[in-house]
Amino acid sequence: MIDIVRQKISKLLSDGSVKGVVALAMANGHVAPCLFQKEDDLEPLCLGDTKKPGDARYPLNKVLITIARQYPEDVFGVLVRGCDERGLYVLYRLNQLEPDKVMTIGIACPQELAKACECKKPYPDELVAGEKTEGITQQGVQDMEDMDLSKRFSFWKNQFSKCVKCYGCRDICPMCFCRECSLECEDIISKGELPVDIPVFHLTRAMHMTDRCIDCGLCDETCPSGIPLRLLYKKTSKIMNAEFGFTSGINKNEQSPLNLMGPAPEK
Amino acid sequence: MDYRNTLTTCTYCGCGCNLFLESLDGKLTHTTPCKTSPVNEGKLCIKGWNVHQFVQSEKRLNKPLLRKDGKLTEVSWDEALDFTVSKLKEIKEANGSDSVGFFASAKVTNEENYLMQKFARAAIGTNSVDHCARL
Ligand code: SF4
Ligand code: SF4
Ligand code: SF4
Repeated sequence: MIDIVRQKISKLLSDGSVKGVVALAMANGHVAPCLFQKEDDLEPLCLGDTKKPGDARYPLNKVLITIARQYPEDVFGVLVRGCDERGLYVLYRLNQLEPDKVMTIGIACPQELAKACECKKPYPDELVAGEKTEGITQQGVQDMEDMDLSKRFSFWKNQFSKCVKCYGCRDICPMCFCRECSLECEDIISKGELPVDIPVFHLTRAMHMTDRCIDCGLCDETCPSGIPLRLLYKKTSKIMNAEFGFTSGINKNEQSPLNLMGPAPEK
Repeated sequence: MDYRNTLTTCTYCGCGCNLFLESLDGKLTHTTPCKTSPVNEGKLCIKGWNVHQFVQSEKRLNKPLLRKDGKLTEVSWDEALDFTVSKLKEIKEANGSDSVGFFASAKVTNEENYLMQKFARAAIGTNSVDHCARL
């Protein structure tokens, strides 16, 4: 699979379609985001699999935004899995990236990763390498809903109380790009104090992600307190889907129902 | 266009979390925890997440200051070090080696901390060495 990806990147670079390609590289024994600019430098390219598939994924779209803000005229390639491509669709919608300045190199995730992610669509629309596997039904949210209400309440209260307010869930999120963040608004959230404001901190973030979260799971992986953030956002996403028939990033040109005025769109 | 992620170790405490300092054209833009590091496995605390900010902070002290006539004044490293040496000598001669204490830091490297305790013991002659984590 990696050879196909390498060939594709090499082609994009050599024919001048892109100025550079944002992907992952293995250097000093560690995986890191990298901007490949020369076709001869593709040796360290990797796909973010070390001990398990997809265990060293990074928010490459975030990197792309940083570079594109500085070089708005240039076209860049970016390595995408299903979730990253969903992210791009939403970032286009939110005017953070321009679709004609981005070329994707799409890879499909193996079943093992799709299961671990409970991923609805473990492959990008534009696939370059890997085999498409089936989407997975979201059992985690269902299990949570089956839990008795008071148990569920104390479950989340206990989870939230573990928070150390590192803001890592926001900082790693490829869909968080606001220059001013509500989580730093002192009218809502106390500054420099622990325990965290429960449930305001986590629910504010969950509300803000309702039409943005593309369910990549990076927040979950970076939370030092092991709070199941992804599960929380899967729940808000389920509500969005039930109410508006909307799933963030699934359709390329779909508007968010939260941005529309007037009657709810047809499901 | 020079985009890099430089692997380094957080300077804030002794845990030694590994992180990438992201830079674009020589300017630090972001910090990302290293996922493959056995120390922090892709996680950081709030200080680590913001480690790129102090490096470029305008408030950062990057020249030594010496209090002259009650006012902090910028001086050269030579002047600052000469002053420190003469004062340390003076205090040691007047009150003995144990009148000087040393505070090491979790924010510097192992080697620097080693040098500091060596200096305390061999040059000044005291074993009054402690570190910032106890403050
Ligand atoms: S969320 Fe889906 S597309 Fe993204 S890494 Fe997991 S399985 Fe792959
Ligand atoms: S899963 Fe987490 S990191 Fe990924 S888009 Fe959603 S909130 Fe952001
Ligand atoms: S990553 Fe976890 S501990 Fe850090 S702020 Fe988010 S929820 Fe809290």
